[in-house]
Amino acid sequence: MIEVVDAASCTSCDICVNVCPTNVFDKTDGIPVIARQSDCQTCFLCELYCPEDALYVSPFADEAQAIDLIALRKADAMGSYRRAIGWTDDTRERRGDDRSYLLFGH
Amino acid sequence: MTMQPNRAERVSAPTGSVEFDADVLVLGGGPAGTWAAVSAAERGARVVLADKGFCGTSGATAAAGTGVWYVDPNPALRDAAMANREKLGGHLQDRRWMARVLDRTYEQSNRLAEWGYPYPVDDSGKSQRNSLQGPEYMRLMRKRTKQAGVTILDHSPALELLADDEGAVAGASGIRRQKDDRWTVRAKAVVIATGGCAFLSKTLGSNVLTGDGYLMAAEVGAEFSSMEFSNPYAISAAFGSVTKTLFYGWASFTHEDGSIVPGAASKGGRSAIARALLQGPVYARLDKADDAVQRQMRMSQPNFFLPFDRTGIDPFRDRFPVTLRLEGTVRGTGGLRIVDDSCATSVPGLYAAGDAATRELICGGFTGGGSHNAAWAMSSGTWAGQGAADYARQLGAIGRRKPSPAGTIAFRNRPQRAFAPAALAKAIQTEVFPYELNYFREASRLQGALARLDAAWRDVSEADAASSADLLRAREGAAMLATARWMYRSALTRQESRGMHRRDDFPDQDDRQRHYVTTGGLDEVWTSVRPHAEAAYAEAAE
Repeated sequence: MIEVVDAASCTSCDICVNVCPTNVFDKTDGIPVIARQSDCQTCFLCELYCPEDALYVSPFADEAQAIDLIALRKADAMGSYRRAIGWTDDTRERRGDDRSYLLFGH
Repeated sequence: MTMQPNRAERVSAPTGSVEFDADVLVLGGGPAGTWAAVSAAERGARVVLADKGFCGTSGATAAAGTGVWYVDPNPALRDAAMANREKLGGHLQDRRWMARVLDRTYEQSNRLAEWGYPYPVDDSGKSQRNSLQGPEYMRLMRKRTKQAGVTILDHSPALELLADDEGAVAGASGIRRQKDDRWTVRAKAVVIATGGCAFLSKTLGSNVLTGDGYLMAAEVGAEFSSMEFSNPYAISAAFGSVTKTLFYGWASFTHEDGSIVPGAASKGGRSAIARALLQGPVYARLDKADDAVQRQMRMSQPNFFLPFDRTGIDPFRDRFPVTLRLEGTVRGTGGLRIVDDSCATSVPGLYAAGDAATRELICGGFTGGGSHNAAWAMSSGTWAGQGAADYARQLGAIGRRKPSPAGTIAFRNRPQRAFAPAALAKAIQTEVFPYELNYFREASRLQGALARLDAAWRDVSEADAASSADLLRAREGAAMLATARWMYRSALTRQESRGMHRRDDFPDQDDRQRHYVTTGGLDEVWTSVRPHAEAAYAEAAE
C-alpha cells in the first residue's frame, strides 16, 4: 500500500490525486495526503506518474508497513519502478525492452 | 484527411450536477472502453467516457503487462491459434468469432504501432506485437481518446442507467467523487465496458472491478452468459498484489517442510496448489529460470519484481509464501450476453465490451493469460463503439424521449434498516473466496452459499437508501452480491466439469452439456441453456 508522500520532494502538482484509480489521495493547501490508505490496491501506478519520485508504495497489499524514508532514498528505491519501466529521461530506451515474446509458450 | 471531431455538449443543469448531451456514452476507461470511445468518435458520434477512477490507470490492464492474441494473417498459423485452446475452453468457442477477433486484433495492434506504441524489435529486426505494457498502452489510449474528441469524466463512477418509456437505454448518471457532485449524460446508446468482477480480492489492478456495469445492465433487463466460468485464481506472493502467472511457469512449489507439492504447476496444476493451501502454507521459488530467462523476465515485467526487490527476496533463489487471489469474471469468461456482431446486448441501446461482456465466443470456458482477453477488449471495444454510434445515428433526433433512472438497490427509501456496505463486501467475500466453495464446487456447498447470498440480497433490498458518502460502496456491494448469485446459480445448472468450472460431484465433461448457460434477474435469479452453434448443427444433422 502507499506509505509516504515525501514532503521534501513533492511539488504539490496533485498528479497522484488525479491518477490514483481508487481515489486514495486528497488535495490540500499543501502537499496531497494519503486520505484512504486502506483503499490502496497496491498497483504502483501513482509512483509511475510522480515526476518527482516522491511516492513510495510498499509491496504489502493487505497491511500497512512502517518505512524508513532516509533508508529508501539511500537505497535508490524512490522512483525505482519508473526508471525500470523507462519513464524517466535517462531510461527512455527501456520502454521497448519487453522480451515477453521470448517467454510465451513456456 | 483531418476530421473535426463532434463533441458532446454540456447543457445547463441544476446546482450540484453537470449534464451532457451525447450520442454514445461509454462506461469504463480501460482498453475496451477507450477502443469503444475512439471507434464511436471515428464514426462521427459525440462521445462521453466516464471512468470510476482515472482513464489510463483504471482496471486490470493498466497496472500489468498483458499478452495479446496477435497472429500474423497466415492461414496455417491462424488455424493453429484457434485450435490451440479449444479443448481447454471445453469446445464452447465459435470459430467465426475467433477469426474476426484475430483479424481485428491484428489491425488494431498495427494501429497502436502507428500511434507510437514502442513495440520491441527482435534480433531479426521484426517488430514483436504479442505483448503490451499496461501503463504504456493505457497512457497512449487515453491520449488517443482525447484526440478523438471524446469528453472524459475521470473519478466519475456511473451509478445507474437511464431508460426511456419503451425500455431502451438513454444514458446514465453517477457521481463525481472528487467534486462531490452528480453527473448525468443523456445518450442514444451506452457501452458497458466496466470490466468484470474480482470481488475486491486485490488481484493486480482489479479493485475498481466490482461488477458495477452488470448491476446497472441487469436493472434494465440485460442477460448474462457463461457466469459459471468465473473462478480463476491467480498466483501472487502471499503478501503482495502482483499476479503474473506466466512467470510461475518456472517455479517449484513446496510445503512448509520443504517437500514438493505433488502435481503443482502454474499451468495445469494450479488446483494442486489450491488443495495444498487448504492444508497449510505453500512456497514458490522460480528455480527453473536460467540466467537468460531471468534477464528477460526483468526486462519484460519490472513490476513483477517490486514485491521481491522491496522485501529483499531473490525469487530465483529464495522460497517465498504464495497465495491464490480470486479473479472472478475479470479472467473468467462470463459476462453480459452478446446478441450480434456489433456486441449489442439483449436491451435496445445497450452494448457491452471487454471483460464486462462474455468472452465465451473466443475462449469458451477457460482463459489463461491475458492474450485472448486483451484481443477481446480491443475487438469487442471497437465493435461496440461502432455499433453504438450506428444505432445512435439511426435513432436520429430524440427530443421527445423522457428517460428515467433505472437504479434500484441503495436508491430506495426503506425505513427498516441502514445500508452497511463494508459488512456486505466482507459477507460476499466469505462466500466467493474460499477454494472449497468456488474453486472446487459441489451441489450442497453451492446451495448453502446461495441460500446465504439470497438472504443477503433480501436484506439489502429492504435496506434504506445509502447516504451520499456510502452510495458508491453500496452499489458496488450490490453489484458483487448480484454477480455472486449469477455465478453460483449458473454453476449449479452446469452439472459437469468443463473449462475452469469444476464440480466435485460431476468430475467429467458431459457431451450433452456442450451448451451455454444464460442467467439474469435480481430479486429472482433464473438460468436457462442455449445450444452451442456447432452442437445444434450436429444434432440437426443426426
